[in-house]
Amino acid sequence: MLDPVLHVEAEAGRQEVKNTTCYMCACRCGIRVTLRDGEVRHIEGNPDHPLNKGVICAKGASGIMKQYSPARLTRPLMRRPGGARGESDFEEISWEQAFKIMEERLSKLRAEDPKKFALFTGRDQMQALTGMFARQFGTPNYAAHGGFCSVNMAAGLIYTIGGSFWEFGGPDLDRAKLFVMIGTAEDHHSNPLKIAISKFKRRGGRFISINPVRTGYSAIADEWVPIKPGTDGALLLAITHELIKQGLYDRDFLVDYTNAAELVNLDPSSNDYGMFIRADRPVEEGCFDAQNKLWWDRKTNAPVDVRCEGCDPYLLGSYEVDGKPVKTAFQMLKERVVDYTPEWAAGITGVPVETIKRLAYEMGVTARDQKIELPIQWTDVWGREHDSVIGNPVAFHSMRGLAAHSNGFQTIRTLGVLMTLLGTIDRPGGFRHKAPFPRPIPPCPKPPKGPEAVRPNTPLDGMPLGWPADPNDLFVDDQGNPVRIDKAFSWEYPLSVHGLMHNVITNAWRGDPYKIDTLMLFMANMAWNSSMNTERVREMLVDKDQDGDYKIPFIIVCDAFQSETVAFADLVLPDTTYLERHDALSMLDRPISEFDGPVDSVRIPVVPPKGQCKPFQEVLIELGTRLRLPAFVDDKGARKFRDYPDFIINYETSPGSGIGFLSGWRGKGGEKFLKGEPNPRQWEMYAKNNCVFHYELPKSYQYMRNWNKGYLEWARAQGMTRYAEPINVHVYSEVLQKFRLAAQGRRPGRRPPAHLAKRVETYFDPLPFYHETLESELVDTQEYPLNALTQRPMAMYHSWDSQNAWLRQIHTHNYLFVSPRLGVAQGFDDGDWVWVESPHGRVRCMARFSESVEPGTVWTWNAIGKAAGAWALHAKANESQKGFLLNHIIAEELPACEAGAHLSNSDPVTGQAAWFDVRVKVYKADDSEPRATSPQFRPQRRVPGQDGRRGKWQAYFAGMFRRKAGIE
Amino acid sequence: MHPAFSVIFLTTLIGAGQGLFMALVTGQVYSLANLLEPQDNVTFYAAGSALALVLLGFGLVAAVFHLGKPSYFLTRAWRGVTQWRTSWLSRELIALPAFMLLVFLYAVSHYANLTNPLFVIKGQIPVDVTLLLGVIGSLASLVLFVCTAMIYASVRFLQEWHSPLTVANFILFGLASGFTLAAAFSAWSDVALVGFYGVWAVIFTVLAAITRGFSMYRNGRIKHKSTLQTAIGVRHTKIRQRSMGFMGGSFNTREFFHGAGAGSVAAVKLFFVVMVFLVPVALLAASNALGSAYLPILAFAVQYVGLMAERWYFFAEAKHPQNLYYQSVA
Amino acid sequence: MTQLALVIDLNVCVGCHACVTSCKEWNTSGWAGTMVDQRPYDADPTGTFFNRVQMFEVGEYPKTETVHFPKSCLHCEEPPCVPVCPTGASYKREDNGVVLVDYDKCIGCKYCSWACPYGMRELDEQQKVMKKCTLCIDRITDQDLPERERKPACVLACPTTARLFGDVHDPDSEVSIAIRENGGYQLMPEWGTQPANHYLPRRKTRIQIFDDELERADNPLKKEAPLPAAEGETLDDVAY
Ligand SMILES: Nc1nc2c(c(=O)[nH]1)N[C@H]1C(S)=C(S)[C@@H](COP(=O)(O)OP(=O)(O)OC[C@H]3O[C@@H](n4cnc5c(=O)[nH]c(N)nc54)[C@H](O)[C@@H]3O)O[C@H]1N2
Ligand SMILES: Nc1nc2c(c(=O)[nH]1)N[C@H]1C(S)=C(S)[C@@H](COP(=O)(O)OP(=O)(O)OC[C@H]3O[C@@H](n4cnc5c(=O)[nH]c(N)nc54)[C@H](O)[C@@H]3O)O[C@H]1N2
Ligand code: SF4
Ligand code: SF4
Ligand code: SF4
Ligand code: SF4
Ligand code: SF4
Ligand SMILES: [Mo]
Repeated sequence: MLDPVLHVEAEAGRQEVKNTTCYMCACRCGIRVTLRDGEVRHIEGNPDHPLNKGVICAKGASGIMKQYSPARLTRPLMRRPGGARGESDFEEISWEQAFKIMEERLSKLRAEDPKKFALFTGRDQMQALTGMFARQFGTPNYAAHGGFCSVNMAAGLIYTIGGSFWEFGGPDLDRAKLFVMIGTAEDHHSNPLKIAISKFKRRGGRFISINPVRTGYSAIADEWVPIKPGTDGALLLAITHELIKQGLYDRDFLVDYTNAAELVNLDPSSNDYGMFIRADRPVEEGCFDAQNKLWWDRKTNAPVDVRCEGCDPYLLGSYEVDGKPVKTAFQMLKERVVDYTPEWAAGITGVPVETIKRLAYEMGVTARDQKIELPIQWTDVWGREHDSVIGNPVAFHSMRGLAAHSNGFQTIRTLGVLMTLLGTIDRPGGFRHKAPFPRPIPPCPKPPKGPEAVRPNTPLDGMPLGWPADPNDLFVDDQGNPVRIDKAFSWEYPLSVHGLMHNVITNAWRGDPYKIDTLMLFMANMAWNSSMNTERVREMLVDKDQDGDYKIPFIIVCDAFQSETVAFADLVLPDTTYLERHDALSMLDRPISEFDGPVDSVRIPVVPPKGQCKPFQEVLIELGTRLRLPAFVDDKGARKFRDYPDFIINYETSPGSGIGFLSGWRGKGGEKFLKGEPNPRQWEMYAKNNCVFHYELPKSYQYMRNWNKGYLEWARAQGMTRYAEPINVHVYSEVLQKFRLAAQGRRPGRRPPAHLAKRVETYFDPLPFYHETLESELVDTQEYPLNALTQRPMAMYHSWDSQNAWLRQIHTHNYLFVSPRLGVAQGFDDGDWVWVESPHGRVRCMARFSESVEPGTVWTWNAIGKAAGAWALHAKANESQKGFLLNHIIAEELPACEAGAHLSNSDPVTGQAAWFDVRVKVYKADDSEPRATSPQFRPQRRVPGQDGRRGKWQAYFAGMFRRKAGIE
Repeated sequence: MHPAFSVIFLTTLIGAGQGLFMALVTGQVYSLANLLEPQDNVTFYAAGSALALVLLGFGLVAAVFHLGKPSYFLTRAWRGVTQWRTSWLSRELIALPAFMLLVFLYAVSHYANLTNPLFVIKGQIPVDVTLLLGVIGSLASLVLFVCTAMIYASVRFLQEWHSPLTVANFILFGLASGFTLAAAFSAWSDVALVGFYGVWAVIFTVLAAITRGFSMYRNGRIKHKSTLQTAIGVRHTKIRQRSMGFMGGSFNTREFFHGAGAGSVAAVKLFFVVMVFLVPVALLAASNALGSAYLPILAFAVQYVGLMAERWYFFAEAKHPQNLYYQSVA
Repeated sequence: MTQLALVIDLNVCVGCHACVTSCKEWNTSGWAGTMVDQRPYDADPTGTFFNRVQMFEVGEYPKTETVHFPKSCLHCEEPPCVPVCPTGASYKREDNGVVLVDYDKCIGCKYCSWACPYGMRELDEQQKVMKKCTLCIDRITDQDLPERERKPACVLACPTTARLFGDVHDPDSEVSIAIRENGGYQLMPEWGTQPANHYLPRRKTRIQIFDDELERADNPLKKEAPLPAAEGETLDDVAY
C-alpha cells in the first residue's frame, strides 16, 4: 500500500468542485461537491455559507447514496390499461405522452371546474412556484406540508408576535443566558441549531429541555423536564401565573410594545364585547392594528389614547368607560391565570410544583437581572429615540412537541405570551425574527372569500393560502360550507393557514365536500408516512364506486424515488435529485434568512439528470405554458419562459413589480437586491457567491423590528411589507375574539353553522387557556392510558432515506421505546414483540426499554417502517419486517361528536394534524404470533426504469462505482 | 468470543499431532532406556509420525481458512513470520512448520532406519539420528504448544485466557489426546504399547482435568477489569447501553459474541467434561482390562470430539471488553 | 514526538451521526477505501464503518442522563493491536502517532482486533483485511488542501464541534488545553494502552435563585396599586 502521505487525491481522477445547496432535508445548508471523473467523490459543508458554516450532517454526508440509489425513478410511467392501481403495474411512456395526457385532462378540468384539480405538495421548498401554478390554474385546492407539519407553530406565534419559530425566527443563542427548548427533537434548522446550542453550552449558558423524551439535543441539556404529552399549555400557564404573581414580567415592554395595557370592552350587552375600546376618530384601514385604542392613565386616572405624549398607563385594573366596564388586557390575563397555579399544573403535567416554580423564577430572574444592553441607537415607530437595545437573555425554542397536538395553537400562543411577558421579542438573547418577518398580525394575504373565486379558465381570486383576520375572510359558501377539498378556512378550522393536506384523500374519497378528478402529489408520501390512518387511506386510494371507477379518478405522482405512493399513481413523473437541478429557495416562500437580514439561496446542478428525469419545476412551466396559464404565456398565448432558470430570472410577481423569486443581484447589472428588474446574469452571480445571497441589515435595524422605524421603512421600501406600522404583540387576541363573537351570534357578518358554534366559541379564546387534547376528551383514557409519540431521527429524513445504504444501517428498523416500568406492569421484556393499540387500530412491533422516557409515554422514530418492497428494498428488509409505522393507529378523523361526524383529528383553530394526541395501550404479543410487524402489505413491485437489484456487496468508490455496479 | 471453526480444528488437530509425536518419542526413549520392551517395529514410529504429520497438515489447512482469504496463504502468509519479535502468532507461524519439518525428518529417519548410534550416553543409551530428531522435535513441540497457547494467553484483554493455566491446558490437552491417540494407534497396529500409552493418557487427562478445572473455577469468579463505567468514563452504578449505533450487526458483533444462549453454553461445558475427561478415562481403563483394540480408538474419537467442544467453550467463555460497547440494538 | 488525536466533547455531542457518515463518505473513495456495504438493500444491512455513535442511558428515570458516545480508533500510544500483528500490517507511524493498517500486508487473521479492548477495528468482509480509523491520514497530510481543511472528515463535519483534532503532545495545542482544562479522560485506563484520543465529560450549568431576587424593589406590581387616596377620616382631620 502506498504510504498515505504520498497518496495524492488529485491524481486519483479528474477532479471538479462545485457549490450548491443540500436537500437531504429542508435545512438547506451550503455544500461543496467534489466530483471525480464525473461521479460524486464527496460532499462537504461549504465553509463560506452563512447557514452551516462548513459543517454537514449525517444525511448531507450521505448524499452519494441518494444520488446513486436503486430506488430512483428514471422514466415517466403510466399505469398499464387494465392494470390495477396500487400494483405498480406501469409501462414506460415518453415525456411528450405524459404532457399530452396531463394537458388534455387538466385543460378540460380548467374549462369546466378548476377545483376538480388538486395539487398537494409535501416536504417541498418551492411553494412559491407550486402555489402560483395552482392559483393560475384557478384551483383553490392547493397546499403544502404545513398543515400536517407545524402550522400551529406558525399560526400560534404569528397571530401573537408577528413571527414564529420554524423557518420564521429563532432563539438568539449567541446572547442568551437561559435557553428553554420545548418539544424539539431535530427541527428544520438542524445544523445551525446544533452549532448554536454547542456554542451556547460552551459559553456556560443554561439549557433546559422540556420533553417527554430525552434524546438528541435534550441529552445535553443541563436539566431535563419530562412532561406528559399535550400538557405544556398547563405548564406554561402556571409559569405565567408565577411570573405575574412575583412581578417578574417586563412591565415596560408590555406597556410599550404590546396590547397588554389596552382597555377591553366588557359590557355584556355590547356586540363588541371583548373587543378593544376604540377612540372615535377616523383611522387608515389596512392589515395592521390601528392606533386608536385606549389606555387608563395613572396620572389623570382616566382613559387616554394609547401611547399619547406623557401618558403613563396602568397595566392592571378594572375601570369604567362611559359607564361600561372595561379592563386592561393584562388584567384579564392575570385573572385568567389565577387558577392556573403550579399545584394545578403539577397534577396535569407530572412536573413537580417546585420545578414549575423554579422554572418561572429562573426565567424571570434571568430576564430581569441579567439584562443585556447593546450600544445600538434606534428609533421606534412612534419617533422615540433609543440609545441602546435592551435584551432579556431568556430564549425559547419549540417545535412539533407543542405544534402537533390539538391544543397546540393555544399552547403556542401561551408560549408567545410568556416570551412577551419576559420581554424577549426580537431582542438580543431572546427571540429574533428572520426576514421577511415580522409581518402584520395577521399577515396581509387572504384566502378567497367564497365559491365565486373559483371560475373556469380563470386564475383563483385570492391566494390559495392566506391569513384570515376575521370570519369574513373565511373561504366558505353562503351556508358556511367549505370551498376547499380539505375544508381549510372553513368554520371547522378557520385559521388553517397551511391547509389540511392530511384530510385530502379521505375527503376526496368520500366526496365531502365534493368529488375531485385529478389529484397531483409532489414530494409527498401520502400513501405512507404523511397520512394518518394509513392502512385505510391506501384502501381509499384504490376504492371504486358502483360504476367501477376509482373514487379518486386520476392520480399523478411526481417523485424521485420508488416510494409507497408511487404504487398508487396513474401517472408517474420522475423528478431529478437535488444534485441535478436548479432550485430557488425564495423569499416568496421560506427563505433561509438569518437574524441579521434576509438570505436566500439556490441550487445549481452538479451532475446531469439520470435517465429521463426532469425537474418538476420544468414540468410545471411546460404544463403552465401548454395550458396557457396567464403567468406562463404572453398576450398572444406564446411561451414566455424557455425553462426554469429563465423563469427564475424573468418572472415578476406582477409586471414591473421588480419582485421575483430571488432577491439577490437584481437590476440589470445585479446592482439591486430584493426589488429590481430581472438580471440575465443572476444565476451566475449566485454561483459565484456560494449559491447564496445574504443581505446584512445595519445594526440599528436588526432588533425590535416590530417597532423599529428604520427597519419597517426599509422593509417597506424594499417591498417586503406594505405598511411601516407597528406590529404590537397580541397578548390579547381580538382576531380570536371576533370568531368567538361570530359564534355567539353577536357580530354582523358570517356565522358558523349551528353544530360548530360551540366549538368555535370554545377554542377561539382571546386569551391563552388550557384544554385537554381533543382525542383525550373523546376517548376512554382509562382504557388507553398512554401517549404515543414519534421523534425525528437525526440521521434520517422522513421516509426518504431508507433507500440510502449508509443511513439505513443506522436505522434499519424501529422499536417502541417504553419505560421498563410499563414492561413490568404488562409482563413483557426488553426486545419482546408487543401490540400498541389505539382506539383506532393496532400495530405489532418490538419494545425496547428506556429510562429516558416519561413512563406514561411510548415513542418511536418517525417513518422508519416501510411497506415491503418499496424504496428498492428487498421484500424481507428489516424496514418492513421489524420496522413499523405508527401512523396506522393515528386516526385522521375524530370520533363523531357534537361538532360533526367527520372532523379532522386536528387543532380546531388551525387544522394542524394532531399526530401526537394518540392514546394507546401496550401489551405483549402472543408467542404464537409471527415475529414480524403488523400490518403487512403485499410487497410492492419495482417499476420499469429502476436499476436492477444490487448484489450482496456495494463498495462505493468514486470514479468506478457506476461501471462496477453496472449502472447506465 | 465467537468460536471460529478453523481455530477449533487447528488447535485440536495440531495439539493431538504434537501429543502423538511426543508419545512416540516418549515410547522410543523408554524402550531405549529399557523401561519398555524395545519396539523393533520401525514402521510404528514412521507410520505414527506420519499420522502426526497428517494431523498437523490438516491443522495447517484449517489455519489457512482462518486467513481472510485462503489465497493470502500463497501471497501474503510469508509475511506472517516477520514479526516474531513481538507476535506470538508470528512465532507460531514459524514454530509450526519447523516442527512439522522435524516430524517429517523423524518419520523419514525411522523409515530409513537410521538407527546406528551416533554416540552412547553413559554407556547405556545409544543415541541415534531418530532419537536426536525425536528429542529436538519434542522440544519444538513444546515450543509450539507454548506459541499456540500464548496466542490466547497473551491477550490480556481476554482475562479468561490471560493465565498460565491456558498454556498448561493447551499442553496437557495436546498430550492427553496425543497419548490417547498413541494408545489407539498402538492398538490398531497391534503394538504392545497400548497399556503404556493408555496409562500416560489417563495421567495427562487427569492432569488436564485438574488444570482445566482450575481455569474454569478461576473464570467463573473472574472480576473483569473493564466495566461500562470505565468503557465510557462515566461514574454511575446504573449505566445501560441503548443503542450501539447500527442495527444490522458488524464485525464487532460477529467476532466477539458466540450468540448461544446460557443454556447451550452450560450444555457444551457438561458435554466436554464428560467427553474429554470421564469417558476416555473409563474407556482406557476398560481397554486395559478387556484388551480390546477398539476401545482406545473409541476413546480417542470421543476425546477428540470432546476437545472440539472444549475449544468452543474456551472461546465462548471468554468475554472481550469490547463487548461492553455492543449491548443493544436500537 | 507528535501524537495526533481526537478529543471528543461529550458535553456537546448530540448524537447526530454526522461524523459517522462523513467518515464513510470521505474514506470510501480515499486512500483507505473502499468501505464496503454488505446486503445494502436487503435484510440486516451491514458494512464497514470507522466510526460509530452509540447511546448510553445513565441513571434511572427521572434522573436519566442520555450520553451520546462517538467511538473510533483511539490511536493508543501503547497500541496493543500493533505488536500482535504477525505480518507487520498494523503499525504506528513514527511521525505522528497514527495507528494504521497496510491492507497489502494484512492476512485478515483478526488477531489485532482481539488485542484492541475497545472494539475499534473492523474486518472488511469483502476484501478480508482489517480496517480502522486512519485519522484521515490522507487528508491531514495532504499539502494540496488549505490549512483549515487539513483535518479529519468527521471533525470538519461535526456540527457541534464536539470533535477536536490536534497534537496531544504539544501542551499548547487546542486539544491539550481542552484535555487539561475540561477534565479530559481516556477510555479503559486500566489497560495502560494510553489512548491518544480523549473524551471530555458532561458539564452542568446551574442557576441559583436567592430569595432576595424574588422580593424585588423593582416589582412592577407596585406600580399597579392605585395611589392610596384618603378614605373617610384621617388623623389630620382630628388631631390637635
Ligand atoms: N406519525 C407521524 N407522522 C408524521 C409526522 C410525525 O411526526 N409523526 N410528521 C409529519 C410531518 S411534520 C411531515 S412534514 C410529513 C412529511 O411527509 P412527506 O411530506 O410525505 O415527506 P417525505 O416522506 O419525506 O417525502 C415525500 C416524498 O418526497 C420524495 N422526494 C424526495 N426527494 C425528492 C425530490 O427531489 N423530488 C421529488 N419529486 N420527490 C422527492 C420522497 O421520495 C417521498 O416519497 O410527515 C408527517 N407525518
Ligand atoms: N433529521 C431529520 N430532520 C428533520 C426531519 C426529519 O425527518 N429528519 N423532519 C423535518 C420536519 S418536516 C420537521 S416538521 C421538523 C420537526 O422537528 P421537531 O419538532 O423537532 O420534530 P419531532 O421529531 O416531531 O419532535 C417533536 C419533539 O417533541 C416531543 N414532544 C411530543 N409531544 C410533546 C409534548 O406534548 N410536549 C413536549 N414538551 N414535547 C413533546 C417529542 O418527544 C419530540 O422530541 O424536523 C425537520 N428536520
Ligand atoms: S441539515 Fe439538511 S440541508 Fe443541512 S446538510 Fe444536513 S441534510 Fe443537508
Ligand atoms: S458529528 Fe459531532 S455531534 Fe454529531 S455525533 Fe459525531 S461527535 Fe456527536
Ligand atoms: S484503539 Fe484499538 S485499534 Fe486503535 S490503537 Fe488502540 S488498541 Fe489499536
Ligand atoms: S488482521 Fe491484518 S492487521 Fe490484524 S493482525 Fe492480522 S495481519 Fe495484522
Ligand atoms: S478521523 Fe477520519 S477515519 Fe477516523 S473516524 Fe474521523 S473521519 Fe473516520
Ligand atoms: Mo414537517
